[in-house]
Amino acid sequence: MRILAALTLALGLTTAIAPLPAYAGPDDGGSLVVASIGVARHFNGAIQSGVATALPSTQLFASPLQYTEDWTPEPYLAKSWDVSEDGLTVTLNLVDNAKFHDGVPLTSEDVKFSIETIKANHPFQTMLAPVSSVDTPDATTVVIHLEHPHPALLLAMSPALMPIIPKHVYGEGDIQTNPANMAPIGSGPFKFGEYVQGEYLRLDKNPDFFIEGLPYLDEIYIQSFADPNTLMLAFERGDVDMIPGLSSPRDTKRLSEMDGVTIDRETGEAIGAINWLAFNTKKPPLDNVLVRQAIAYAIDRDFITNTLLQGFASPDFGPIVPTSPLATDDVEKFDVDLEKAASLLDEAGMVPGADGSRFTLSVDLTQGNEEMGRNIAEYLRSQLKQVGITIELRATPDFPTWAQRVSTYDYDLTLDQVYNWGDPVIGVNRTYLTSNIRPGVIWSNTQQYSNPRVDELLLEAAKENDLEKRKALYAEFQQIVVSDVPIYFLNVVPVSTAHKSELGGVPSSIWGVYSPLSEVYWQ
Amino acid sequence: MTNLKQPLVFLAQSVGLALAVVVLNFLLIQLAPGDPVSVIVGEMGGASEEVIAQMRAAYGLDKSVLEQLLIYVSKVAVGDLGYSYYHNSPVLQLIMQRLPATVLLALSALTLAVVLGTLVGVLSARKPHGLLSSFVTVVSLIGYAAPVFWTGLMLLLLFSAIWPIFPTSGMVQMRAPKGFMYYVDVAHHLVLPAVTLASIYIASYSRLSRTSMIDVLSQDYIRTARAKGLPEGKVVYKHGLRNGLIPVVTMVGLQFGQLFAGATLVETVFNWPGLGRLAFESILRRDYPTILGILLMTSILVMVANALTDLAYRLVDPRIRSKRA
Repeated sequence: MRILAALTLALGLTTAIAPLPAYAGPDDGGSLVVASIGVARHFNGAIQSGVATALPSTQLFASPLQYTEDWTPEPYLAKSWDVSEDGLTVTLNLVDNAKFHDGVPLTSEDVKFSIETIKANHPFQTMLAPVSSVDTPDATTVVIHLEHPHPALLLAMSPALMPIIPKHVYGEGDIQTNPANMAPIGSGPFKFGEYVQGEYLRLDKNPDFFIEGLPYLDEIYIQSFADPNTLMLAFERGDVDMIPGLSSPRDTKRLSEMDGVTIDRETGEAIGAINWLAFNTKKPPLDNVLVRQAIAYAIDRDFITNTLLQGFASPDFGPIVPTSPLATDDVEKFDVDLEKAASLLDEAGMVPGADGSRFTLSVDLTQGNEEMGRNIAEYLRSQLKQVGITIELRATPDFPTWAQRVSTYDYDLTLDQVYNWGDPVIGVNRTYLTSNIRPGVIWSNTQQYSNPRVDELLLEAAKENDLEKRKALYAEFQQIVVSDVPIYFLNVVPVSTAHKSELGGVPSSIWGVYSPLSEVYWQ
Repeated sequence: MTNLKQPLVFLAQSVGLALAVVVLNFLLIQLAPGDPVSVIVGEMGGASEEVIAQMRAAYGLDKSVLEQLLIYVSKVAVGDLGYSYYHNSPVLQLIMQRLPATVLLALSALTLAVVLGTLVGVLSARKPHGLLSSFVTVVSLIGYAAPVFWTGLMLLLLFSAIWPIFPTSGMVQMRAPKGFMYYVDVAHHLVLPAVTLASIYIASYSRLSRTSMIDVLSQDYIRTARAKGLPEGKVVYKHGLRNGLIPVVTMVGLQFGQLFAGATLVETVFNWPGLGRLAFESILRRDYPTILGILLMTSILVMVANALTDLAYRLVDPRIRSKRA
């Protein structure tokens, strides 16, 4: 009885102490207004990818691991983890004080349920495909069994990819239409406050967050904007405190000239968006590798990154973003060489006609993309003319029209931005695997590129747990793909964060602000 | 008898019109390339074939167009506007959430345009070749000719950036005040979008009321009124204006539909959370049920507006009242 009383007293004390501000830490309180250009379909990141969902989802839900800015996993819901010698089992030891926002404790059952739900419903099917079963020997232990070693698994446990959702809320009925997708219950640092469609989502501080003393902020507003110009004005006027995923060089430059504004440019590397020029490799004359290489030699990448993009985007030379630990820069760079381009075209039998033109190609553009789309396409038109290639611009009024054309192979060349999503298995393989040539599916292998050696390398690297060996496999893959030119790589699309300088603790993780904002505070 | 028949005929016409709107729009939308699933998949960063097929089936997109149309019409008939693929919410709920913002914006702009337009029209009609008249003509034509999104952006630059007395976007501040101050906040946010939207229509109303008033003021009964020795103000505003207003009322009815079209652009520029922005976003995302729902809702609103115009005629002009009754 006395023990029970002591226990009650102790529990009472902890609950009494917990909401108090951390003494030496930053000031508690305040609210943050974050802008969002996209509209989130809902906030359940277990079944919906994309940054518009990831931003709220990573606040609402916690995940097994977090990642630092140098690609190192850190404890989150899992206080420790262990990958077996053969790489076939991964064991997670969960914290024992995590609770969902409705007060129900988070257990291994919820983790098992989340893994199974993500495997069955998440658009990135490769992420958890090798998971054969999940065991829960006790409430804080999760044992994941794999069909083969799966090095991408740890990264897939990041907040942006593996929100742990409560089984007692999402376990019943069709998860796609579960009302809790719009008003989630998670265990993250912030809980769902209010959603006014078209205006804002308000997230409130979770006072029972399992990491004591966090979060600092009282509330976060995610305000939706339809027009980027309006958003820029609102930020300049001080109505908005933070812009995530800033990629436009023009806007970055404009904001960097403002006082009291900080722009984190080295963040969000795991999102890894690459701007590229894709070739329809089955359509003559682009089915000839010499023609594709000639085009690559004719383009001056430096001009694009330094002049058109004003140095606000770094060049990209291959299919894996240069900041990834798996990237190599030992690939053909295609330094601009117009003579070589012309002779390659001659070699391919593409001789100029009476008007000096060898052949005509069209370049497709995604709607609304001016700086990394239209401007570059205009440049390509004048540049490729010098080697006798006539370029016609085919701008599409909106995204669905473009996606329809490209995914049904009704195109020659297209500018496109595609995301790595951290591990090649998640975001890179899809573009190059022969098995992923799927008509009608955008961002599959729409180049219709096929190279048996590439297929082999990608499948092998997906199972290789040894980092050095894995890097070597991907290095060969990158060299082959760059030389085969199913895609000419242009630049890394920045995922910068612009925020008021009084704001501290903005995450610099590889996931940028698509990770918990629990340590953000006002100075 | 006629009293009963008229509303019935009107109702039948309206239902027929609504049906035509639904069917036509449904077929038109099918002509646009791509479908909602391709957009959802696109924004998710790609998905496997299985997930795509699953989604198409869930949204009924695997059925033939005719089947989809029949299902849609039968649902609309019982007041079910369907479920938005993109926004994960019933369309009716979505529209009802956005409708007040648009109605507020449209009515404020319309009121502003009518009152201001008529006022300057009448003033300039009193001296048709005076300085004020020429000035009004030029300014209102500029407002009429300038693209509405340009006007909006210019006003934003002027009054939100250079001289920041108005907010840039939205209908309320984040961290919004409560109670009475909430309405003040909304009104503060409303000024720029309403002025922008009104700018297109002020021209029409001032020109129209000017012409109409010039015409009316040259009528015999005005001369009679003046001859009776009535003060000029009473002649113009009591005898003249009431007659001069009839074309203005007609115009209000006619322009109601256009007002929604204009609202789409204004709402996008000012991030106003109304139906127009929802329509714009839904078209880009091929969210068929939402687009159809909005089109249906706006056509119903236009029909209602026309009916109200008809009523307004009777109030303004007793001759119509007696003729039709």
